[in-house]
Amino acid sequence: MAENEPAAAGTRTGADVEERAGAAAEQAAARGPEREFTVAAKTQWQLILRRFLQHRLAIGSLIVFLLVVVVSLVGARLWHYKYEDITPEFSTAPSLKHPMGTDGLGHDGFAQVLRGAQKSVQITLLVALLSTTFGTLLGAYAGYYRGVTDSVLMRFTDLVLTIPAIAILIVVASALNRAGGSWWVIAIVLAALLWTSIARVVRGVFLSLREKEYVEAARALGASDWRIIYRHLLPNATGAVIVNATIIVAVAILSETALSYLGVGVQSPDVSLGSLISAGQQAATTRPWLFYFPGLIIIIIALTINFIGDGLRDAFDPTQRRVRA
Amino acid sequence: MLAYTIRRLLIAVPIIIASSILVFLLVAFSGDPLANLKANPRTPPEVIKLREHQLNLDKPLPQRYLIWAGNFVKGDFGKTVDGREIRPLLWQRMQVTLRMVILAILISIILAVVAGVVSAVKQYSGWDYVFTFLGFLFLSMPVFWLAALLKEYLAIDLNNFFGKQVIFTVGAETPNLGGSFLSRLPNILGHLVLPTIALSLITYAAWSRYQRASMLDVLSSDYIRLARAKGLTPFRVMTRHTLRNALIPLVTVVAIDTALVFGGAVVTEQVFAWQGMGSLLLTAATTPDVNTVLAWLIVTSIIVVVFNLIADLLYAVLDPRIRYG
Repeated sequence: MAENEPAAAGTRTGADVEERAGAAAEQAAARGPEREFTVAAKTQWQLILRRFLQHRLAIGSLIVFLLVVVVSLVGARLWHYKYEDITPEFSTAPSLKHPMGTDGLGHDGFAQVLRGAQKSVQITLLVALLSTTFGTLLGAYAGYYRGVTDSVLMRFTDLVLTIPAIAILIVVASALNRAGGSWWVIAIVLAALLWTSIARVVRGVFLSLREKEYVEAARALGASDWRIIYRHLLPNATGAVIVNATIIVAVAILSETALSYLGVGVQSPDVSLGSLISAGQQAATTRPWLFYFPGLIIIIIALTINFIGDGLRDAFDPTQRRVRA
Repeated sequence: MLAYTIRRLLIAVPIIIASSILVFLLVAFSGDPLANLKANPRTPPEVIKLREHQLNLDKPLPQRYLIWAGNFVKGDFGKTVDGREIRPLLWQRMQVTLRMVILAILISIILAVVAGVVSAVKQYSGWDYVFTFLGFLFLSMPVFWLAALLKEYLAIDLNNFFGKQVIFTVGAETPNLGGSFLSRLPNILGHLVLPTIALSLITYAAWSRYQRASMLDVLSSDYIRLARAKGLTPFRVMTRHTLRNALIPLVTVVAIDTALVFGGAVVTEQVFAWQGMGSLLLTAATTPDVNTVLAWLIVTSIIVVVFNLIADLLYAVLDPRIRYG
């Protein structure tokens, strides 16, 4: 899905020039006529940041996303019920004491959702980190050196597309669970499957960037391959990497919760947002709160990260705004 | 067109072979078919030796693959752990699941085209924002949550409203109904409604974004301006010139996402307790039942490759440049 991602983080576009001209005019007005031709120096990053900050939906999403992530990661320690605590109130609807109600045994819904969100967010972030790093490095080498690495990588990603990812996940995760899995095992399995999309994108960016004049110049100056890849090419591929990392986060949380829903992800007694939904569904008509809240958290996380990715895409490549996703 | 078809068919064969090798290795390393036998301390070592010999586990991996592939091509998929033939079992399950997958793909394509075309033609209108938001929402929603939501709330309300069971929520069809396929058709369709809606909504979301982008691309091209300038009716410009060209990228996206839809069906089936491919794989993976897992993965990848082949041919029908290129 990521093939048509913009790659042009490093290129100067018409909009940049206009912004520069606009900023220069403002400054000229402020400082008087003798500084008429002074151009306010703005780095590429300042321009990107400014464009991102103007994307209100993305900024709002970023705030909500960070809030949910932070609450998921530390909230379970602060809330006065633990996820395995059994309170005397069972099957109560959401109230001040139990903001997300309680289940049939008396588990506090909010504590369980906090714990489930913690596991799901931990897995998601680890997956995003691992698959982005690995995918970027492999894509960079394949795109830069081409040759055998490239062919093997591309054929392999083609092959992965012929088998449903969730099927491979089910097979591998249940094998690892038999061997006694834990949350990071699930994360590694997910990452092992999700890195291919980002590798393809980075490879595509590198294939076009390696033909640029500045790479030729760097090579003529005697820069090593290592230096060209890390100092010249990777910074210019940052946009594509970041935008695709957001897609991986969304895909990862949806895959992890699906696995846990099917019972081959996070294993009980521990909980994930997916296993909470699976449990909540059994009494969905009598205790709907157990079913709604974990699902809403998943949607909030995935929706905000998608909006953030959308804003980043516009910020990194304003020429794409016409076809904003 | 014939030469093109033959060329495509010939490319599909090595893909299936490579994918079968990949799957064979994956399964060989992920589970021991005799694990349960070995776990029992009272099993005499001779029995294990004998079973290993029967299952060819004492032979080197390449030889095992060749034996297995030879049997597979001859139509012998092996037996499940409880001694049933896998081929009829898989065939029956596949029919159930393919119903949902094919119907969902067709509905998603229609939804995606309608949403994408309306969004693009009325860009930045109220409809555009509604479709964009819905696209993002369904893109961020776990399929099992949406399916369970429809099942637990919508279906029950609807059935109460009509006073009888119009929408079924459990199984692929009422068991032991008997009669011909045609006489069972209304019952089967009644069972198909909810899972197909859930799967289609999740699937169409991403596709409609692509459709919108490609429509905008085509609409701003010179040949559309020319078509309008020479006085063609807006309807003709839209159908013959815009839509025909704007559908081409969607065909590729649908082809790439076939495996994804299949994965979605595996999860959706679990929500509605269908006895389809999903439950077959889950039971086989957790048991573990190596032969079934292997046959499942290969057959699925063949189905996906066949769907890709159809997409390739469609692509050529829509775009003569591919056909003659």
